[in-house]
Amino acid sequence: MSNRPVLICGETEGDGISSSTLELMRAGKKIADDLGAELSLVIIGNNISGIADEAASYGANKVYKIESPLVEKFMADLWVGALEKLCAQVNPKVLLMSHTNIGMEVAPRLAFRLKTRLTTDCTDLEADKAENLLLCTKPVYGGNAVAIFKYKEEPHFATVRKKIMAPAEKVSNKSEIINVAPDMDASAVKIESLKIVQEDAVSLDKAEIIISGGRGIGGSEGFKELEEMAELMRKSSGSVVEIGGSRPAVDLGWLPSSRQVGLTGEKVSPDLYVAIGISGATQHLVGMMRSKKIVAINKDKKASIFNIANYGIVGDYKEIIPAFNKKWRELS
Amino acid sequence: MKIIVCAKQVPDPEAPYTAVQVNSDTKEISTKGVAPVINPYDENALEAALRIKDENGAEVVVISVGSKISQAVLRRSLAVGADNLVVVDSPQFKSLDSSSIAYVLSKALEKMGEYDLILTGRQAGDWDLGQTGLILGEILGIPTVNLVRSVKIEDGKVVAEKILPGAYELVKSNLPALLTVSSEVGELRYPIAKRKIQAYKQPIDVWSAEDIGVDSDKLVQIDMSALMPPPDMGRDCQFIEGDSPEEKGKNLASILKGG
Repeated sequence: MSNRPVLICGETEGDGISSSTLELMRAGKKIADDLGAELSLVIIGNNISGIADEAASYGANKVYKIESPLVEKFMADLWVGALEKLCAQVNPKVLLMSHTNIGMEVAPRLAFRLKTRLTTDCTDLEADKAENLLLCTKPVYGGNAVAIFKYKEEPHFATVRKKIMAPAEKVSNKSEIINVAPDMDASAVKIESLKIVQEDAVSLDKAEIIISGGRGIGGSEGFKELEEMAELMRKSSGSVVEIGGSRPAVDLGWLPSSRQVGLTGEKVSPDLYVAIGISGATQHLVGMMRSKKIVAINKDKKASIFNIANYGIVGDYKEIIPAFNKKWRELS
Repeated sequence: MKIIVCAKQVPDPEAPYTAVQVNSDTKEISTKGVAPVINPYDENALEAALRIKDENGAEVVVISVGSKISQAVLRRSLAVGADNLVVVDSPQFKSLDSSSIAYVLSKALEKMGEYDLILTGRQAGDWDLGQTGLILGEILGIPTVNLVRSVKIEDGKVVAEKILPGAYELVKSNLPALLTVSSEVGELRYPIAKRKIQAYKQPIDVWSAEDIGVDSDKLVQIDMSALMPPPDMGRDCQFIEGDSPEEKGKNLASILKGG
């Protein structure tokens, strides 16, 4: 067995290990087995002994714990420095992070310092056993093509899209937990954090029905119509119904960014997805194409959104939705 | 106050997916007929820069690195209010990897002299890698923040709202600094007709790889081992008919209700 591990840089979520980290652990375990390498996990934070203990049950050989009050909250400058030092110490063959806000910020900077190449937002990973390399599958051109990258530079480094892979399950063997001296210097922090402001804490991925609006909605006023539709469906079906939107709807300030569906927003797969006034740019489609049933309402019969819809209505939502709501009420 | 905005030319990401052809044999993506545009996220970065210019006054310089850059496309940045445009064009810059683009940008910045703030888009609409800005920050060794949705200058420092899941973090940094801008900033303003004409006459800087002392040995291309079309997303759409929009709406309700 090679002594150069597959190293996963984990994230915490509340008092536990994040679900995206567990997904990485399953993917990482397979790659480690295929390459004949060990699987290691590193966790960074403050007061994380409990989390490290929990993480030790998911099949890694080693769990590195880097603990410091300086990283009570995420600090990119300190994470990059700490991971650079850890990589110098453990010399990973493969390095994996989730394509989360943390991964998106840390991985490119770390890749530069480690003098390696990074493939971001991967939807699949596979070991190339013959060449002892990592195959990274990634959608490109807004999802209009899928590329596989295989770079020789080490460590082979990828960030992985959330909710694509199943999470790791607990195993009976516990990982060895290794305390790493944090060796962090507050003066390395170049960015001062003034405050964190919580906003709309919606989790679109838990919704069973999503009513989404795009540029065609015409303004924040129009979303009230959609909200009424959502409320009706919520009441009559007891389902979790949420309002979502395309990137233009968010960029125009009609919706908070937590409700954005698409390449740079949430990727969702509800039972029913209703796309209203959304033309269907690929960067939106990749976020909702896995929905079980898709309904599209658009003025333009040629809109791409109809190509992936089960049901379509060509027309003005302002006339269609009130009639829909009225009929729905009658039938409920 | 001098603000640099890094802008990449890409095929319009809003083009319908049917316009993008994938050739798996040659590993080439053809975007024939798709208009080149400034990467939309870089347009967001430019908008953020112009808002600072509106508020505090600033010199905004747009820089673009690539091969076969259309000056007409990039001149749009002048028409909306940027003061200067620098185009660094070389056949060697075709399909450059993020780290190489960042390296070329750093060489161009050396030639450009002092700056206070660098803004880039969060990622480019062609490869969607999201690395160039952050790597440039590393090369320059300046404070770097990823994914911001608003940028202000207060008392000689930059104050920005950094996007977190379901939240934002208000952050502050000394200058010079580099921030990558997300689309939440809002769309780029429209050009003023008068400026549009000026923008096409205004002299711009066009530099070659040699002009900025790029070491060709340091350039690395994006290198795919395979390229495939996307998974088939098509479904057979049943259009719901009716004599009026209201009737179509009612018919949809009946269908969804009936299961």
